Amino acid sequence: MAYSDKVVDHYSNPRNVGTLDKDKKEVGTGLVGAPECGDVMRLQIEVDPETKTIIDAKFKTYGCGSAIASSSLATEWLKGKTIDEALTIDNMDIVEELSLPPVKIHCSVLAEDAIKAAINDWRIKNGLEPLELEEHH
Amino acid sequence: MKFPIYLDNNATTPMDPRVLEAMLPYFTEKFGNAASRNHAFGWEAEEAVDYAREQIAKLINADEKEIVFTSGATESINLAIKGVAEMYEKKGNHIVTVVTEHKAVLDSCKHLERLGKRVTYLPVNKEGLIDLNQLADAITDKTILVSVMYANNEIGTIQNIREISKIARSKGALFMTDATQAAGKIPVDVEADGIDLLAMSGHKIYGPKGVGMLYVRRKNPRVKVTAQMDGGGHERGMRSGTINVTGAVGLGKACEIAMQEMPTESVRLAKLRDKLENALLSTIEETYVNGSKERRLPHVSNISFAYVEGEGLMMGIKNLAVSSGSACTSASLEPSYVLKALGLNDELAHSSIRFGLGRFTTEEEIDYAIPYVQQAVAKLRDVSPLWEMFKEGIDLSKIEWKAH
Repeated sequence: MAYSDKVVDHYSNPRNVGTLDKDKKEVGTGLVGAPECGDVMRLQIEVDPETKTIIDAKFKTYGCGSAIASSSLATEWLKGKTIDEALTIDNMDIVEELSLPPVKIHCSVLAEDAIKAAINDWRIKNGLEPLELEEHH
Repeated sequence: MKFPIYLDNNATTPMDPRVLEAMLPYFTEKFGNAASRNHAFGWEAEEAVDYAREQIAKLINADEKEIVFTSGATESINLAIKGVAEMYEKKGNHIVTVVTEHKAVLDSCKHLERLGKRVTYLPVNKEGLIDLNQLADAITDKTILVSVMYANNEIGTIQNIREISKIARSKGALFMTDATQAAGKIPVDVEADGIDLLAMSGHKIYGPKGVGMLYVRRKNPRVKVTAQMDGGGHERGMRSGTINVTGAVGLGKACEIAMQEMPTESVRLAKLRDKLENALLSTIEETYVNGSKERRLPHVSNISFAYVEGEGLMMGIKNLAVSSGSACTSASLEPSYVLKALGLNDELAHSSIRFGLGRFTTEEEIDYAIPYVQQAVAKLRDVSPLWEMFKEGIDLSKIEWKAH
């Protein structure tokens, strides 16, 4: 199976690889997937307490090229967005942007789950109710 | 050096130019049907096929009359297992095999189970070897066949064939082996090894695709299989269909070359394989060889690079054509059943890469591969959350993963 140029680009030059301090109140961490499924994503956001804008996003992913590219793209999209705007990111946007084939759609689903998990972690830390997440699986 | 470098010789091998050369005349001027007994075209083809039978028989110390041409190892295995089950159904209805067999064996057995036969699937230890006592216990007076592969396609583990066949035969069962990965690579001797049926394929030994053979013992004991395809009664009635003359010639030539070169080639490949394996294991932490290191084919190395996913790694080493136990590309997301049978956890199974060296692998290629793999693993571990957690001393097995 050939990868799209954009997947290759994100895989070869992943954006925003790294770790934010998960104990900080402004940081939300989402860890999704499982080693036995062959992919684990950790996506972190740092939120400006005043504007509720995501000022930084980092990821680390264990998985195939499409999983790495999906999470790399997600961090790129998250930066500069408000929390409300971030919640509108849909996995199919990632599928379209990266031209993922059907067998790789689960990578984009995982990235969307990671975004929502990170936002929820941030919400809980800041005294907000966690959002009801749509069950994908 | 030409890229990508081919290190997937357990999947298939390039055809040796000497094999192609031997085959060429039989496509055009020597096109006869080996079953045409009445003219020179037929005689010429028959002679070529008979010569190929001799070349093949020599490789495994058989008699040329014991070679049945097929379309490949999958057909040979189907013919052997289903053919024995049908031929010997009055004698018994039970087959013993192993969980790490090729799908051709496992699915043939499953087919028979649906028809009411009984099959025992023996487990393997972490090296991929079966327990001989367990084998002996599994065989009953209803057991007609024991089928154990000579060497495994994913990890290269070589079973203790002589002991296994002794046990099978002492209890009155026939012994069959899928020697697709072993024949032509290591010595295989149907007499010394006590083999009643043996399957092999052309394209794994630098011969053509679309041809294989089934060895069917003719004496001590005389073995028969019921044909699984109806037709002209070729191959002593066991496999109908006009013989693939070019394929047979190619398989014969491939066997002849494999036999001549095995003593030097197996040493050369083991040396290259060990160079690759030792370099990777000594410089990359948390790296494990899967299967037996002692009882192993000389040209295979299956390595798990923990905390790095196999398909992701293959993308990072795209200049090497290898394969992975990760099944990320398949719909099931299930990693290799062979690696899981060794007791590997799913994470390590997903993290495995099989390096399969071959006749055309050079030292220069291995020297290129070593730092290339080292760099790719390092880069992916930098991106891996599991690696970071491992480095922080977090026990990954204690985490409640949100499996999907």
